[in-house]
Amino acid sequence: MHVTSPVREPLIQGGKTYADVTEDICRHVEATPTKEWKIAFGLSLIVLAYGSVCLAWTWWEGLGVWGLNKTVGWAWDITNFVWWVGIGHAGTLISAILLLFRQKWRTSINRAAEAMTIFAVICAASFILMHMGRPWMAYWALPLPNAFGSLWVNFNSPLVWDVFAISTYFSVSLVFWYIGLIPDLATIRDRATSKVSKFMYGTFAMGWDGSAKTWARYEYISLILAGLSTPLVLSVHTIVSMDFATSVIPGWHTTIFPPYFVAGAIFSGFAMVQNLMLITRVVYKLEDYITLEHIETMNKVITLTGSVVGVAYITEFFIAWYGGVEYEYYAFFNRMTGPYWWAYWAMMTCNVISPQLFWSRKLRRSISFTFFISVIVNIGMWFERFVIIVTSLHRDYVPSSWTMFSPTRYDIGDYIFSFGLFFTLFLLFSKYLPVVNMAEVKAVLRSTSAQLPAKIAGVAKVRQRGAAEPAYNKDQE
Amino acid sequence: MAELSGKYLVGVYDDDDTVLHAVPKLRKAGVKIKEVYSPFPIHGLDEALGHPRTRIGIAAFMFGVTGCCCVLTLMIWTMGYDWPMIIGGKDPLSIPNYIPITFEGTVLFTAFGMVITFLISNGLGPGTHFHPRFDVRATDNKFIMAIEMSRNSMTEEEISRALKDSGAEEVNIKQF
Repeated sequence: MHVTSPVREPLIQGGKTYADVTEDICRHVEATPTKEWKIAFGLSLIVLAYGSVCLAWTWWEGLGVWGLNKTVGWAWDITNFVWWVGIGHAGTLISAILLLFRQKWRTSINRAAEAMTIFAVICAASFILMHMGRPWMAYWALPLPNAFGSLWVNFNSPLVWDVFAISTYFSVSLVFWYIGLIPDLATIRDRATSKVSKFMYGTFAMGWDGSAKTWARYEYISLILAGLSTPLVLSVHTIVSMDFATSVIPGWHTTIFPPYFVAGAIFSGFAMVQNLMLITRVVYKLEDYITLEHIETMNKVITLTGSVVGVAYITEFFIAWYGGVEYEYYAFFNRMTGPYWWAYWAMMTCNVISPQLFWSRKLRRSISFTFFISVIVNIGMWFERFVIIVTSLHRDYVPSSWTMFSPTRYDIGDYIFSFGLFFTLFLLFSKYLPVVNMAEVKAVLRSTSAQLPAKIAGVAKVRQRGAAEPAYNKDQE
Repeated sequence: MAELSGKYLVGVYDDDDTVLHAVPKLRKAGVKIKEVYSPFPIHGLDEALGHPRTRIGIAAFMFGVTGCCCVLTLMIWTMGYDWPMIIGGKDPLSIPNYIPITFEGTVLFTAFGMVITFLISNGLGPGTHFHPRFDVRATDNKFIMAIEMSRNSMTEEEISRALKDSGAEEVNIKQF
């Protein structure tokens, strides 16, 4: 028996055994959908349907239905794209960077956070397809040969870098997430009672048996995937920021963009993780697994990244003045005091001031306050991208082309589409897949549990009931 | 997992520490252990069982080098030789501009190559889910040790006693 001294706060409450972990996490997967879930799913389908109609009209009619004009050629589409990609970053940070740092608190939240990453990147990609206007030409962004109908792509363009970055990020995240899911799918397969779920979970578990050799390889590739995902996630938002930073537009052409974008991405992503986890832990009764300790730790990350973002805003402003380029100075002065002053100050209030409130231990351990601030942070981060994109564009070099941007119902409808898509996917995930990584929680249970039971293995309730005993396990009797 | 055949003794353990300490004890007593199945990774178990260190990292490195070369070759050939384009006054053949995509390509090839190698080397894949297993509790809360009788010279009773002595709470016989 080894005992770890409690240097850190316990992460798992309630004296859980291994059997309890299986039971608690599998319960919602095996139960029939609850009424609340059905209502939430129905609502998100309605939202998705409304958004789909708007999107269909956008594609049918063309991008003229958006509020774009010749001065402001990028607005909500790219704002939403950067916002969603940014949200995705928290999942990879939790599953990859915290794995490299051996942070045990990631085990309770990494599964859901990484699912969020995948769905957020899908939403982001949908805006790339939308802003192309002709989505059936999307393959033109791929390096296909000349005879296929177009020239080779321009590999010197950050927009092409983005194609590679986003698609690599999406597929590697998906693979990382799926590899982590296999052992848990095997657990559900071995408990399944109905033929359909036995077949489905069995197929996706791909014959996992949990042998020591497999686990050793599993741990090894998890480590390498984490090592690959860490620079990958940083590169993705760096490249997204280069979409702006490499163009010669005052307000965009700054070298501070890559680190500033990455910090902002993690900031907004953690806020979204908080929103999702605070609801999930209550709905699925996972308060023993996603504890106040987890919430507090995530709030600390929000404060850290929020402070980095705040410093970046101030630095950017200082350099705009100190650099002595009058166009650059005007772009920033206009952000603060021009017609879009409200967007700028909304961004400053939400992103710079609100996370500083978490210096108070009482506030960062308050669930309702955390939820509130997380929503505020997400609003603020949306405004950040809006400020960067629209306020830099709307006052051109030629005052005769100065203009304002106002969204049409299709700008708004296409944004609503991404919410419908995101919540539909997340609800499907949270119903049919285990929202907490059972294998990883069991692996850290001994060292992170608040109180250990006498027998850590516990008694499996499902087998006590005499159910779900597969035929091939009975032949010894 | 590959198809199993023959007769096995299956020790069921209740605790990850017990099974980890049981392995060297049993091996010292001359029992040849086929494999241990657990619901989560147990550090040091594969070494205790005498499994060789995985070489999947070497494969991953090879895939990475392949990806790096493929993507870089594509860009140098298309931009530099096949159809050079000067856009925005940028030199078409400029290696610094190729760094982001080269990096992404390297990561993509490494991740996919490594994961496919992982699946193949463990015999994981679609259509394998009806393969028999020693004890389904291995994915829940128990630690299962499998001992192949044909590979052991000791008798059933001897092994069974050794398993019980090392902390196994059940010893079952499985015939495939």
